[in-house]
Amino acid sequence: MTYLTNAAAPRAHSYLIEARDAHKSFGQTPALAGATLTVSGGEIMAIMGPSGSGKSTLLHCMAGIFPPDAGEIWFRGRRLDALDDAERTELRRTAFGFVFQFGQLVPELTVADNIALPLLLSKAGRKAAYAAANDWLPRLGIGGLGRRRTGELSGGQAQRVALARALVGRPEIVFADEPTGSLDTLAGEMVMDLLVGIAREEGATVILVTHDSRVAAYADRQVLVRDGRVTDLAEVTARATP
Amino acid sequence: MVLVVTVPLTLLGLLEREPSHGYELKRAYDSYFGRDKPLPFGQVYATLARLARDGKVTEGEAEPGAGPDRKRYAITELGAREFDSWLATPIEPEPRLQSLLFAKVVLALMLGRPAETYLDTQRAAHLRRMRELTEIKRNGSLVDALLADHGLFHLDADIRWIDVTAARLRTLAEMVRTT
Repeated sequence: MTYLTNAAAPRAHSYLIEARDAHKSFGQTPALAGATLTVSGGEIMAIMGPSGSGKSTLLHCMAGIFPPDAGEIWFRGRRLDALDDAERTELRRTAFGFVFQFGQLVPELTVADNIALPLLLSKAGRKAAYAAANDWLPRLGIGGLGRRRTGELSGGQAQRVALARALVGRPEIVFADEPTGSLDTLAGEMVMDLLVGIAREEGATVILVTHDSRVAAYADRQVLVRDGRVTDLAEVTARATP
Repeated sequence: MVLVVTVPLTLLGLLEREPSHGYELKRAYDSYFGRDKPLPFGQVYATLARLARDGKVTEGEAEPGAGPDRKRYAITELGAREFDSWLATPIEPEPRLQSLLFAKVVLALMLGRPAETYLDTQRAAHLRRMRELTEIKRNGSLVDALLADHGLFHLDADIRWIDVTAARLRTLAEMVRTT
């Protein structure tokens, strides 16, 4: 795979993806100030924190949407942050799936079109792309909606389409940024049930950003981002034991 | 807000700050933890007597002056250890814990202890319980799910309170140190 051909030497590692001492600023505003996070393969990880804490920036750096100003991002033992734009784009297309708060579906296209889109962009055959898309519809409880335009869907239905689009390429990691943020309680629970259930079935890793503790409780592990740094709540508990 | 706090441990915490007379302890307790239900003098002295009997505080000699009780109380090593252990141990996550959490945060700030760490520890304990309830909800019956939801919403309310309190710690610390 082309995205793994950067010159950095592989290191021994036991994590699927890691941020090591990542720093990132937007103008004069620091967003990450030494964030370190390790995520194992198959793990479901929730990144929590107040607004402006840097949690979404950390997710974007780990997903290769933009590189950190300093520090390193490692994926499968290789420096993701050292890749050029084209290599990062290729990596995001082949190894990662994305779910955002507002779905970001194309409203003029049908449900099946939206789900097939990542495969079509990866130059998969049209027939295979639509076959894969249609396979995902019943798994997400939207079996009868393939020909509907996504602009006609409810918020919960649209977010299930967004999940299918994230999963259709069978990514190693699904990055989800406030995936239930625009949904009511029951619709949000259905999305989280599906995301966690399918990720476990597929062996996919999920890195989830949320400010909602009920959503974070679906994850195996929770960390807190504060002032651009990461606190692992499991380590806090271990240290506090008298 | 009706506060339900553990009086002996709270008095130990106030004594950890500095040796005090019974009336000083009552005044400090009432201003933070007993706004709706002041601590009766009788309960203050009965609690201090039990703590002294158990070796957790020492009673000084009666000092000359007016007032019903001029004894000054000080915390012992045993009392300090018990207080530290209570402060550092997260409370069993259950609904309506705010009063105890509030007492821990205020006492930690008074004593210059890491209040943020205590809040993080409690947040972690709550999330651990919420993970258990979420698994019950995902794998159980509708009745299980509804009961789990009740717990989840209450624990979520606690966590929101922890978040807001963590965001206001600096201001609260200034207030606690100047009053």
